[in-house]
Amino acid sequence: MSESALDKARKRTGRMTGAEAIIRSLEAEDVTICWGIPGGAILPLYDAFMRCDHTIQHVLVRHEQGAGHMAQGYARATGKVGVCIATSGPGATNLVTPIADAFLDSTPLVAITGQVPTHLIGTDAFQEADITGIVMPIVKHSFLVQTVEDIPRALHEAFHIASTGRPGPVLVDVPKDLQQAEFDFSYPEAIELPGYSTEFPDVPASIAAAATLIAQSKRPVIYVGGGVINAEASEDLILFAETLQAPVTTTLLAKGAFPDSHPLSVQMPGMHGSKYANWTIHRSDLLITIGARFDDRVTGKLDAFAPGAKVIHFDIDPAEISKNRRADVTLLGDLKRTLPALREAVVETRNAERLADQRDWLTDVQGWRKENPFRYMKGEKLKPQYIIEQFDRALKGKDAIWVTGVGQHQMWAAQFLSIDGPRRWLTSGGLGTMGFGAPAAIGAQQGCPDAYVVNFDGDGCFQMTSQELATAICYDVPVIHAVMNNGWLGMVRQWQELFHDERFSETNLFGTIPDFVKLAEAYGCLGLRAETEAEVDAVIEQAIAERRPTVIDFRIDHDEKVYPMVPAGAASHEMIDQVWDNEWVEEGV
Amino acid sequence: MATPGHHTLSVLVENRPGVLSRVCGLFSRRGFNIESLAVGPTERTDRSVITIRVDCTRHSVEQVVKQLDKLIDVIDVLEVEPDSAIERELLLIKVRAEAEHRLEIMRMAEVFNARVVDAGATTLLLECVEHPDRLAALEELLSPYEIVEAVRTGRVAMTRASIANEAARPKLNILG
Repeated sequence: MSESALDKARKRTGRMTGAEAIIRSLEAEDVTICWGIPGGAILPLYDAFMRCDHTIQHVLVRHEQGAGHMAQGYARATGKVGVCIATSGPGATNLVTPIADAFLDSTPLVAITGQVPTHLIGTDAFQEADITGIVMPIVKHSFLVQTVEDIPRALHEAFHIASTGRPGPVLVDVPKDLQQAEFDFSYPEAIELPGYSTEFPDVPASIAAAATLIAQSKRPVIYVGGGVINAEASEDLILFAETLQAPVTTTLLAKGAFPDSHPLSVQMPGMHGSKYANWTIHRSDLLITIGARFDDRVTGKLDAFAPGAKVIHFDIDPAEISKNRRADVTLLGDLKRTLPALREAVVETRNAERLADQRDWLTDVQGWRKENPFRYMKGEKLKPQYIIEQFDRALKGKDAIWVTGVGQHQMWAAQFLSIDGPRRWLTSGGLGTMGFGAPAAIGAQQGCPDAYVVNFDGDGCFQMTSQELATAICYDVPVIHAVMNNGWLGMVRQWQELFHDERFSETNLFGTIPDFVKLAEAYGCLGLRAETEAEVDAVIEQAIAERRPTVIDFRIDHDEKVYPMVPAGAASHEMIDQVWDNEWVEEGV
Repeated sequence: MATPGHHTLSVLVENRPGVLSRVCGLFSRRGFNIESLAVGPTERTDRSVITIRVDCTRHSVEQVVKQLDKLIDVIDVLEVEPDSAIERELLLIKVRAEAEHRLEIMRMAEVFNARVVDAGATTLLLECVEHPDRLAALEELLSPYEIVEAVRTGRVAMTRASIANEAARPKLNILG
């Protein structure tokens, strides 16, 4: 919406129903699109969508979980707040998974749910569920609206809370009778939340202390998390890293926050990260942690993680400081302020001498990197890494957004895609939600209509949310769903093979997998299949050229595993790997 | 650092529906057992104070303070240090008091500033507002007479006027 239209929306007053007030509030928050499904307790809102003139596109999905993930995909790709809508009871509980996902991955999300009328609350009424109670541990905040007059304030606060500080999900539960009630609407200007602040005072002493640690460091590494993307601080990070000439490792959530192709990048750390990232961390004497949270999939055995390193921790959330790893110096607040401040201090603190001191360090890191690239072996069967590389090549130079499900395919994509900008890699990290990919990709595409959106999915994941192909068709959303079909719940199978003596308990999907080409066609999508390397390029080319909702069934080698790997409970530098013959293929990065 | 200890937290909250369950939920989610909990209004009708007593490590209490501070309805969190605070709790206790023991019990009550608020044929009901440790001592002394029933409110606390130099709720330094 233009500034003047937005200003008009914020100044609108007049007598209206609570339902219309929700729409006017969304307009005042510059919402242009939202996802949902109607139902009994949210009927008045959907009636208002049809009855009122407004500027919001509502996207009808096929399952509320899809609405939540689409809103997440949109939010992560655009940086704006994603909005999803559901009715009471089962509609609301279907949003629980995306809400939890948004909570763990710090995604700005506002979920609006209908609730049974106020006089029925607490009576176990039809489709009643205490959704604010259910989501309590997985939201940044929630509102059960008590009066119709509270609707604009609750939504105003919800958007503010969801989008500021460390972003996260906020749920607004609106009883049906309040949607129907009339009142005099006006949109509040001020936010009155005495218990909520995202401002942190400048602490020059901390900047100085951090600069001193950097000046003393001979083996620094910059450990970057998703916070850099939320803070829109990629440019500041690049300048900072180049000033320090320190290697940069980006977590699964941070992929793209620092260019994969940058000479200082050592890519992903952790369980399936690069050996060189994990070794760099392990040998470092200073861990400069930026918007990351020492997740167990990154650290492995916590007390063996970067054992010789001091820690500088940048974050906007004080609760992350010294939660898992004690910080020696803490820099709280907006990275757009703290990163440049520290960079300036570093320039003034014997930076040139320090750079000379750490020359051997960079040589070591580059050596590890050269000797231990991500790699895979060619074989008779189609390898997933090859498909990912070919997609990467096919869309090089184009604006591409890569989305994934959760599992082996996700890790292969993280290892073999080269992504150079923020908000172009969307994956479910913290919650590890299988089924995230298909709907998140649709939401991302709707937020970025000109981009090429590819959802790398697994056959297990895709079956969890593939009903959203109907949504893709209805709204003509040309996402390419590239299904890495190995007939197994592959990551679980890998663990069973490596750690459970090959007892493949309930992971074989063979014989029960639908024909994905026919499934695609049943929905009206383009369905393609590739079973050999020779067929890969042609299907990729066709999918990109046709620019319509597409599913590609890639029949991959079911024996392929994700390597290297830190076994659960091991120290992060103790990675297991397979024995490589001479036929291995290096990563494209 | 890893040894558990008792901590008293004074949590100033907005007086809104659901705030108590949000606060308590944080403790249960992190596996902390709340030893005592008292909730009540403050000098402002739109604000309440929740006083919570937990047994956990210093690291854990720092975490829980930060997590509490993240709750939108929580305005601030104060860890009350015993040396710089007044802590009080109310005990109501019904004790078996046959005729030959009545005077003895009443004298003991006097020592603890407890009042007899009701009396039956064979029981006395005492009320005592004191530091929780003193209440425990009183209960122990009364136990030989048979305690019929006892109930405590949970402790409330406030920093001493002299130490807090008149300021309400001196801020916790969470910036480390």
